[in-house]
Amino acid sequence: MGRYFLKRLLQGVAVILGVTVLVFVVTRLVGDPVKVMLPLEATAEQRAAFEKQLGLDRPIWIQFADFADGLSRFEFGDSLWQRRPAMEIVFEKLPLTLGLAFMGIGLAFFLAIPLGIIAALRPGGASDRSTVFLSLIGLSVPQFWLGLLLIVVFAVQLGWLPTSGVDTPAHYIMPTITMALPALARLVMIVRSSMIDELNQQYVKTCFAKGLSFYRVVGVHALRNASLPVVTLCGWELIRAVAGYSVVVETVFAWPGLGLTAIQAIEREDLILLQAIVFTVAILVVLINILMDMVYKAIDPRLKIA
Amino acid sequence: MAAITSHQRATPPGRRVKALIDELWRDKAGFAGILMIAALILMASAAPLIAPYSPTTQDLRMRLAPPVWEPNGSWKHLLGTDHLGRDVLSRVIHGSRVSLTVGVAVVLLAGTFGVMLGLIAGYRGGRIDSFIMRWIDTQVAFPGLLIALIILAVIGPSMLTVILVLSLNGWMVYGRLTRGAVLSVRQTAYVEAAEMVGCSAARVVFRHILPNLTSPLLTLAILEFARIVLAEAALSFLGMGIQPPATSWGLDVATGKNYMFRAWWLVTFPGIAISFTVLAINLVASWMRLISDPQEREKQFARQMRALRKKRASHALQETPSS
Repeated sequence: MGRYFLKRLLQGVAVILGVTVLVFVVTRLVGDPVKVMLPLEATAEQRAAFEKQLGLDRPIWIQFADFADGLSRFEFGDSLWQRRPAMEIVFEKLPLTLGLAFMGIGLAFFLAIPLGIIAALRPGGASDRSTVFLSLIGLSVPQFWLGLLLIVVFAVQLGWLPTSGVDTPAHYIMPTITMALPALARLVMIVRSSMIDELNQQYVKTCFAKGLSFYRVVGVHALRNASLPVVTLCGWELIRAVAGYSVVVETVFAWPGLGLTAIQAIEREDLILLQAIVFTVAILVVLINILMDMVYKAIDPRLKIA
Repeated sequence: MAAITSHQRATPPGRRVKALIDELWRDKAGFAGILMIAALILMASAAPLIAPYSPTTQDLRMRLAPPVWEPNGSWKHLLGTDHLGRDVLSRVIHGSRVSLTVGVAVVLLAGTFGVMLGLIAGYRGGRIDSFIMRWIDTQVAFPGLLIALIILAVIGPSMLTVILVLSLNGWMVYGRLTRGAVLSVRQTAYVEAAEMVGCSAARVVFRHILPNLTSPLLTLAILEFARIVLAEAALSFLGMGIQPPATSWGLDVATGKNYMFRAWWLVTFPGIAISFTVLAINLVASWMRLISDPQEREKQFARQMRALRKKRASHALQETPSS
């Protein structure tokens, strides 16, 4: 087991290294950071001074060594937009993004389990068909559009909920729902299909035959076995939420997390802040992956021996 | 020995097409999906003929006109106009072109690259295989959207860059699927026989192995197509995809967002267009998965037999008292 985790850890290091190299190549070699970050009317002297300030006048490998050295100490330099260390901004915004992602995926998880089980009890029945159809619709509606529709209905028309911001618990309702929807649709499908498979197994018949209650058979015996693929998918959904959905959902609801900050950094052509965000999210993805492996091992006793 | 001609096959192609259509008709949702996609392709290819206006024609006296059924709506603009007086219906019709073009291009580009690498990894094995698989494992764990945003921010967003970036982020699934399938087919007798009689590696791979992958790859490509349409819309919504004056559904939702409180139709109709497109593709994909998965086919067959037996049994019951 120790060897396995060492392997996963090395894989994580490879991911972070890959992201680092890619970001470096894209920002320094493909694009010209000076051109991106300075206004068009900047003079040649200003450009040269800016190049010197960022150390861009040095050979490329020294730049990379410097870049990697900074990364290893979590230093990216000052954000050009806010004129303070980029990592300071990242750590300020991180809790809001993580909170929203965990709440959204948590909501999806706790709704998906009962819905998926109900659908799986009678495959092909009315509740099953409507669940499958609704989750297909959930997968088809773009997330940003769902968020805007919620705003139009519940904030503009009905006036029940605030449109944007993070001040009160009511501010969390619409972003959480928007975050949860695509994950919910996929999770319901996987809970349904793995429950259908489990309920057809011989041990379920044995459980019923020896007189266990319906709830015990379905809710304990079958659900425990069906939960393995669900946990895996949950991990992926959490990664998707942190690394992808957060940008969209935070933009719609003006939620001041990492995703919205990334978009603002692009608008203000602040590559340094953007690099810091991408790097932090890559580390988060690796950490969630390792965490999910540990959870997976904890709930599947078969893996303990191996 | 005479070569086997198409006449001697178990089922002639004409009947196979008919069987496929029959099967499609049995799954009403899949049928509806196919119809919707056909309508969409027609709409995209004939957009200038169908659309009442050009998507960029501005009518500044008719700004933010509501749809026809609203109190102030007019028949001139069925779905209303935007803040520059551009016809929403025409923009929705023209927007289908971008979604379909980007979707097809990315599926082809990412699919070709992924399948190629998967074939190489699965067929060659050894070090090349483990190198390609490590590469895939590593890239799968990248924060895709953020990498896409950083690339688009540096080289500048356009339709071409969106296609490239989405392909760069999406080829790995094809690679994994192809490699797995190649590994399972490699050891079969007919592949070994083909190698034995001296077929070149290319012939074995393309002629004997690749055809086995058609149906899982097709299903995956359709699912990926749906994902790409959503991804293009999201990038355009974030302002890093298709740029004005070009038209895209995601872009139109983004502009409509600024007028959300006064003109609900600006965000609503492009959003409905995206949802319907993706829903249609998803319906077709789930039908494809059902008919191409042998296990699912078996289940379906068992269901049909059970229904038939039930029918016969009830007929028998009805007939007994009368006789």
